Amino acid sequence: MKTTKEKILHIVENGYLGVILVFLYAPILTMMALSFNSSKSRAQWGGFTLDWYAQMFDSASITSALYNTLYIALMSALIATVIGTAAAIGMNSMKRTPRAVLTSLGNIPMLNAEIVTGISLMLGFIAFGITLGRTTILLGHITFNLPYVVLSVMPKLKQTNKSTYEAAMDLGASPVYAFFKVVFPDILPGVLSGFLLAFTMSLDDFIITHFTKGSGVNTLSTLIYSEVRRGIKPSMYALSTIIFVTVLALLIVANFAPGKKKGEAAA
Amino acid sequence: MNRKMLAGPYIIWVAGFTVIPLLLIVYYGLTTASGTFTLSNVLAIAKPEHAKALGLALLLSLISTIVCLLLAFPLAMILRSRGVGRGSFVVFLFILPMWMNFLLRTLAWQTLLEKNGVINGILGFLHLPKIAIINTPAAIVLGMVYNFLPFMVLPLYNVLCKIDDNTINAARDLGADFFQTLIRVWIPLSVPGIISGITMVFVPALTTFVISNLLGGSKILLIGNVIEQEFTRSSNWNLGSGLSLVLMVFILISMMLVEKYDKNGEGTAF
Amino acid sequence: MKKRFYAASLAAVLTASALLAGCGSSPSGKSTTGASDAGEVYVYNWGEYIDEDVIDMFEEETGIHVVYDMFETNEEMYPIIEAGARNYDAVCPSDYMIQKMMENDLLAELNFDNIPNYKEIDPEYIERSKEFDPENKYSVPYTWGTVGILYNTSMVAPEDVPTKWMDLWDEKFKGEILMQDSVRDAFMVAQKALGYSMNTTDETELAAARDLLIRQKPLVQAYVVDQVRDKMIGGEAAIGVIYSGEMLYIQEEVENLGLDYSLEYVIPEEGTNVWIDSWVIPKNAQNKENAEKWINFLCRPDIAKLNFEYITYATPNKGAFDLLDEELQNNKAVFPDIESLQNCEVFRYLGDEADQMYNEMWKEVKSR
Repeated sequence: MKTTKEKILHIVENGYLGVILVFLYAPILTMMALSFNSSKSRAQWGGFTLDWYAQMFDSASITSALYNTLYIALMSALIATVIGTAAAIGMNSMKRTPRAVLTSLGNIPMLNAEIVTGISLMLGFIAFGITLGRTTILLGHITFNLPYVVLSVMPKLKQTNKSTYEAAMDLGASPVYAFFKVVFPDILPGVLSGFLLAFTMSLDDFIITHFTKGSGVNTLSTLIYSEVRRGIKPSMYALSTIIFVTVLALLIVANFAPGKKKGEAAA
Repeated sequence: MNRKMLAGPYIIWVAGFTVIPLLLIVYYGLTTASGTFTLSNVLAIAKPEHAKALGLALLLSLISTIVCLLLAFPLAMILRSRGVGRGSFVVFLFILPMWMNFLLRTLAWQTLLEKNGVINGILGFLHLPKIAIINTPAAIVLGMVYNFLPFMVLPLYNVLCKIDDNTINAARDLGADFFQTLIRVWIPLSVPGIISGITMVFVPALTTFVISNLLGGSKILLIGNVIEQEFTRSSNWNLGSGLSLVLMVFILISMMLVEKYDKNGEGTAF
Repeated sequence: MKKRFYAASLAAVLTASALLAGCGSSPSGKSTTGASDAGEVYVYNWGEYIDEDVIDMFEEETGIHVVYDMFETNEEMYPIIEAGARNYDAVCPSDYMIQKMMENDLLAELNFDNIPNYKEIDPEYIERSKEFDPENKYSVPYTWGTVGILYNTSMVAPEDVPTKWMDLWDEKFKGEILMQDSVRDAFMVAQKALGYSMNTTDETELAAARDLLIRQKPLVQAYVVDQVRDKMIGGEAAIGVIYSGEMLYIQEEVENLGLDYSLEYVIPEEGTNVWIDSWVIPKNAQNKENAEKWINFLCRPDIAKLNFEYITYATPNKGAFDLLDEELQNNKAVFPDIESLQNCEVFRYLGDEADQMYNEMWKEVKSR
């Protein structure tokens, strides 16, 4: 039985959650609405249309920006996950001081201002005569993705029980086999969340890309930035709406899939 | 021994793509265009136009950080009380907006806040007074809070989830009322999360140039705008690097704070 | 359980990206096959400054693959060409920036044998180009126009209709003014208002212009570049400084939306900036001949007409102009009589020192 006080508290809490969610999602709904606006102007409602969805892939600049965005997000997340996971395992067996130094240095791209990271990378590429292009964006993204992966994997690694690994070794497993059989399953959630986080960060990045991109290479972010001044093509809203709705739907399906509830307690 | 080798690629990466580029900023910041040593690029921060941009950036990012903290703390407490097992979905609810491009989301606030924008349309329909915050510092603060709130919520939520229910109950049983529990138990135990959240909001807010451009009508120059313009428009890399060095002082301070209060990485966001 | 959730969402993300990537890769795949024989051309142009169909037509006709990139301001484009970190073959800067690039030895002389369509360009604009390219060796005009004041007929009373730049300092328009957010354009307004040349390097004149801009700042709603257009259409501001090239679009949009006000364009009586954007080839271009083919293609009257209809900035192409409807040809907002533009000037590059002075003073205005 709930007391009245608790009920009121519950309502207040729900109200608060609601307000925050409206705050977070209002701009997103606005964008979605604009994707159906027949006027190209952001400030005027010209009537309902689906034209922008039809035209979405007509524009070569949008399709190539989309391709670049996904390519860079996927590749940078993959590479960062591999290097970062290996690094976390390596660092876990380091002595305290070198580990602390490496952690601090490694965290710089995460804690530093993005503008400084972006500029420093640009200066670095130019100083070493590396032509700016898609590869430089990729290198930049891996750089800022790495600390997120390390941070996601590290806590899981600390939770693993060292003796199971040793036991596996004692029973004759090779270190590599023992690792993949015993340790890896335990840290997998951390690896996956690191990957997803890296993917998302890379997808949403503008500033690092802005400074490290080469000629003719655009991601969705830089394309949007170059369109801000002349007015965004509404097909960009359409594309963003589709990406967003797809991800949302997939997450809802994944989260509320039948049969999930039972295992909940085990998590 | 050979396990440590696994960190090898990472060490090389950090050296090549983090440390060396940062040293280049130091180099540019401390030299003139012709390559001789100077402190003038760093001292240029004292010029009134730069000092004002830095001061304003500090002020606005501080306000945003406080607002984020005030909004996020109760939110994290509510989420904790609800979220057993659902944790991951809640987390995704806050990461999800990132799947719609950051620039588009910020631009959407223009549409919402404008004089003839959506919010004023609703207010007008309800016969309420209209708001006029677009192109003001208030709009920039709003943009900062909007963009960086998740970075405050997630670390707070993570530390709060680690607090044992028994601790809270014990405080209650000993006669502490809500506010006493808040001040004696909740807040002290969430310090790592608070600190981590503060730095994760404060640093990007302090250094942003996009939010101030899009929501401030370019009337308000923050230190991030100055640096960006030195690089992309005035092509004065030395001055831009010098000012970046000044900015990094603040970043170093926040990194040291994290180091001090969050030794075990408990308060990390993700 | 958490594990499964992550795995599921991960799989979802991967499938989604694979699907989307599949869509995305097809156009680039198509163009690379064409690129194998005829090579590529790297084009660097203003945002929304070409009809994208024109790029496709060029690729189809010549087999040259176009790598197309955009910039927002001349000032942003310059360091990129200068640093050489990115190589472009054809760039479309404005007048004074062309002069700056030329003087700093960043431009290649054009081989006009490869640009036979150059004859389509109205001699009037070739003559005007001499202001910044004295021997017409480096540039081919692409668009031209003026800068003026746009006002909203329902928000500006008939007796307050702006006629001169000084009207932008009228207290009545507090919070209703949109100014240009680029150094030279903003200073031009103040300099013309004060009766100076917009190419002045005199420090006291510049300081006076700066102070005037600072005085105006409390009245300004926002400093914007091309957003003037959308904001004015949306009725966000009463008056704004705008490029003439936006007028056709604005008139059409006002009509389409059935707005209860109209937007009118005035060239202030103190005179204004007549600007020309032209194609140039940077010295470090890797595909100079392809760039010349590109420029030549854009000068073809039918292509220039197509482009004009999309970007709506006045074309200096006589051949294309002749193809237009008479009504359009007589639209004075789009094609003002160039003879009537008294006191008008073309921006010139003023040297690095003056550049720096302008930048410093602009920063002082903006940070105030």
